[in-house]
Amino acid sequence: MTRADLLIIGAGPAGLAAAIAARQAGVKDLLVLEREEASGGILRQCIHNGFGLHRFKEELTGPEYAQRDIDLAADLGIRIQTNAMALSVTRDKVVSFVSRQEGPRQIECGAIILCTGCRERSRGAIGTPGTRCAGVFSAGTAQKFVNLHGFMPGSQVVILGSGDIGLIMARRMTLQGARVLACVEIMPYSSGLNRNIVQCLNDYDIPLYLSHTVTDIRGTSRLNGITISRVDENRRPVPGTEIDFSCDTLLLSVGLIPENELALGAGLNLSAATGGVLVDDRFETEIDGVFSAGNALHVHDLADDVSEEAARAGRAAADYLLRGGQKRQMLSVMDGRGVLGAVPQKIAVPAEEDVRVRFRVDRVYENAYVCAHAQGAVFPRRKHRILTPGEMAQAVLPKQPLSLAEGDIVISIEGEKER
Amino acid sequence: MKLDAAIIGGGVVGAAVARVLSRYHLSVAVFEKCDDICMGASKANTGIVHSGYDAKPGTQKALFNVAGAKMYPALCAELGVPYKKCGALVIAFTKEEQVTLSLLRDRGCQNGTVRLSIISGDEARALEPALSQEVIAALHVPKSGVVSPYEMTFALMEHAAVNGVKVYTREKVLRVDRQADGFLLTTEHHCVTAGTVINCAGIGAAAVRTALVGDTVRLIPRKGEYHLLDNTGYKPFTRTIFQCPSVMGKGVVITPTAHGNTLIGPTAMDVKDGEDVATTADALKEALDKGRRTWPQISTRTAIASFAGIRAHPVSDDFIVGHTQTGFFEAIGIESPGLTAAPAIGEHLGKAVAAYLKAGLKEHIITPCVCRKPFREMNFKERGEAWREDPTYGTVVCRCEHVTEAEIKKAIHAPVGAGNIDAVKRRTRAGMGRCQGGFCGPRVLDILSDELAVSPMRITKFGEGSELLTKEIRGGDI
Repeated sequence: MTRADLLIIGAGPAGLAAAIAARQAGVKDLLVLEREEASGGILRQCIHNGFGLHRFKEELTGPEYAQRDIDLAADLGIRIQTNAMALSVTRDKVVSFVSRQEGPRQIECGAIILCTGCRERSRGAIGTPGTRCAGVFSAGTAQKFVNLHGFMPGSQVVILGSGDIGLIMARRMTLQGARVLACVEIMPYSSGLNRNIVQCLNDYDIPLYLSHTVTDIRGTSRLNGITISRVDENRRPVPGTEIDFSCDTLLLSVGLIPENELALGAGLNLSAATGGVLVDDRFETEIDGVFSAGNALHVHDLADDVSEEAARAGRAAADYLLRGGQKRQMLSVMDGRGVLGAVPQKIAVPAEEDVRVRFRVDRVYENAYVCAHAQGAVFPRRKHRILTPGEMAQAVLPKQPLSLAEGDIVISIEGEKER
Repeated sequence: MKLDAAIIGGGVVGAAVARVLSRYHLSVAVFEKCDDICMGASKANTGIVHSGYDAKPGTQKALFNVAGAKMYPALCAELGVPYKKCGALVIAFTKEEQVTLSLLRDRGCQNGTVRLSIISGDEARALEPALSQEVIAALHVPKSGVVSPYEMTFALMEHAAVNGVKVYTREKVLRVDRQADGFLLTTEHHCVTAGTVINCAGIGAAAVRTALVGDTVRLIPRKGEYHLLDNTGYKPFTRTIFQCPSVMGKGVVITPTAHGNTLIGPTAMDVKDGEDVATTADALKEALDKGRRTWPQISTRTAIASFAGIRAHPVSDDFIVGHTQTGFFEAIGIESPGLTAAPAIGEHLGKAVAAYLKAGLKEHIITPCVCRKPFREMNFKERGEAWREDPTYGTVVCRCEHVTEAEIKKAIHAPVGAGNIDAVKRRTRAGMGRCQGGFCGPRVLDILSDELAVSPMRITKFGEGSELLTKEIRGGDI
C-alpha cells in the first residue's frame, strides 16, 4: 500500500480544476487517476465550441478548454495516471485501483476528491417499448463514435430528449451527411440550453416535438422505424396522436445521472434530487476529507461552472490537509417552492465568504424571484426574466446575512408569472 | 458432413444434450440459426432454479424439474456458473390462495421437494421486510435458487465443444428428411447426414417434428416481459418472491438474479409470432402493476433494462421429452421450469441417444475449462496474479460491471466464442450494467474488430443486419 496526501478520481474538467487549485494552494503530494487513456473527460469528444465563455471570455471547443487545464496541470507538475480505474473507496480513505501498467494498487489517502462524472440515462431506464434492435444509442455514445472513432452510427436519425448532447448531436450528424428527422421531448419545454435549440435545431430546420415521446421502436436487426406520440400533462401517451418515422437510428438524450458507485461503496448517501452525494459549502461530504465535485456531484450545463466549483473543492481539500479538519456549525439548505436539488446541502456559519447555491427549477418561470429565507437573516432576492429547468439557476448568499442566519436556509422561487 | 447425432437448437437444452453426448465416442454437431447460441428462451427468463413444487406430480415437467434442480449446485460448481441458493416464498393474498399454498406444499412433497413449510404473513415479512402488508401467508421454499441462464448455456456448450462437439451458428436447418439409415439435414451451408436427430429447437421445434413425424404438436409462443433493476443500491428482496400460480404460468415474480440485480416479471401474453420479442408499453406496465402487489414500494428508478422472452407453451401443458421415432429424439415445449429441467433432460436424452447408437463412453473426458473467476469477484491478490499473467487484466473496459479487456478477449476466443457485442455482453457482463454499454460499447466494438480482424463496420449487435456503424468518416469529409 502506498500513500498520497490528496487523491483525485477523474481527470475531466472537475478533476483537473480541483488538482490545479489544490496544488496552487500548497498540496505537494497529489495524484489524479483517470480511467481513459487521456485526460479531459467528456470534453475530449465535445469538439463543438461554446466552452469557456465565462471562464476565459473566449469561445473554445471542448478539447481546447480541457487542454488549457491539462497544460497548466503539467506545468504545475501534477501527476495524472491514465488508464487507471478506481475500483473502490473505503470510509478510511483507502482507494483500490487498477491499471494496465501497474496492475492492482491500493493507496491510503489524506483526502480524496471524487470527480467521477456522470453517465447517460439509457433506454432501459426510461422503459421505451419495442424491439432491442441495433441503432439505438445514447447521444454521447454516438458522439464518441463520430468524433473519436471516425464512424457514423446511422444515416436517418430521430433524437429522443432535448438534452444538450442530443441537440449537439443533431447538428453534428447533420453536418456529417445524416438526416435528422426530428427531436422529440417529453416535457413541454426543452431540457437543453436555449442557445443549443437555436444553433443546433432551428438553424438546420430540425423540428422539435415538445410534449411527445417515443412509444415504439421497430426493426428485428437494425432499427427501421419508430413511433412518437403526444403525451398528456401526466406524461402519458395520448392514443390517436401517433406519428411514424422511418429511420435507422434513435439517439437518446434523456438525462444524465451522476456516477457515484465509489461514493456508495464508501457508505455515502445520495441526494434523491441531484443523484450526487451531500456536501457542505466546501464540497466536503459526510466523510471528513472526502470531497465531491463536477457532474458527479450534480449535473451542470456548463464546463465553466464545473471548473469553478471543483476549484473550490480543490482549495478546500488543501485547507483540510494543511490545517486539519475543523468542526463547524452547519445550517441545512432546503429546497423550497419551485427548487430542485440545491447544492451545497449544508453551509457552515459563520461564513468565511459568499456562498453560491446552485439548483434547478421544477418548471418554466417568467419574471420570478430567486429567494433565500432563514431565521435571523435577510437575503437579497434576484429577479429573473426567465428560469427554465434546462438551465441551472443559482442564489448567491452573501457572507454577511449568512452569518446571522439561524436554522434552515430555504431557497425558493417567488412572485412568478407562470408561463 | 456425416454425423452420429445432429442437435437442432443451441439453447440450454441443446447444450445440455450436447454435453452429455460429448462423453461418448460419437460425432456430434449442434446447429443454431442465430449468430450465437442461447438466443431464444434460454437467454430471456427469470433464471430461477425451481425446486419442483409447482408441476403436477407424474408429469414430465415434475420429473425433470426435480431431477434438474438436484443437479444444479454441483453442476454449477463444476462448470463455474454463477448460482445462488437464495430460497423463495410463494405468497398468498386471499384465503383461496392460502389453499393453493397447501396444494403446492403437498405437490412438492409428492414430487420429492423437501423442507417446504407454510408460514404466516408476519413471518414472511420478518424474512422479507419489503413484502406487502396484504400478504397473509407464504410457502417457504428454502432450496430454490437462481442461476445465470446464459452463462449456464455457454458453460454446457463449451464443455461439449472442448470434448469434440461441433457448434455451428448461423446455420439454420432448412429441411430434415428421413433416409434409409438415418436423416438428411439441409442447413444454410451444409448437407448433413446423421444417424440421429435431437430436436431442441425451442419455439421452432414443432416445425421440425411436423417435417419428420407428420403429426403436429401445437406450441403457443407465450411472451413474457421483464424489468431489470441495477445491482447496486437498494435491493428489495433476498429471496425469489412468487405470487400464486395461475393457468397462465407462475405469475409475476420479483427475484434477485445470480448477479445481484432485481428482476420483475414475466407477464404472459400469447402471441402469433414466435420471434416477436418486442416489449410493449402495456405489458411493461402490467409487470409493474402486478409486481406492486408483492412490493408496494416498487419503483423503476433504478431500472436498467426491459426485455421480453418467448416461451414455447405446449397445448398439452407438459414437456414432450423422449425417443419419438426411430432415431428421432425430442425435447419440445420446454417452457418453465425448462432451465431447471435442462440438465436432467440432457442426461435423459443424451443417454438415450448413446444407447440407441450403442456408443461407448470415452476413456478420457476433458474437464471444463473453468477460467479464472471474473475480475469483479477477485480479491486484491487474485487480481495481481491475473494481471501478472495477462496485463490486459489491468484494463477495465466495462466500468459498471468491472469487466477487463482480458476477459473480453477470452470470451471472443473461447471454444464457442463471442462474435458480436451482445455475445460479449452475455459472456462477460460488459454492457450489462447501469449504463447499458453506453461507455464500453465503442471499446467492445474495437476489441471485437481487432481480435476478429474485421472492419468495425462489420461488427454487429447480434448478427448480420444488426451492424452498429453505417459509414466511415474519411478524410475530405467535413
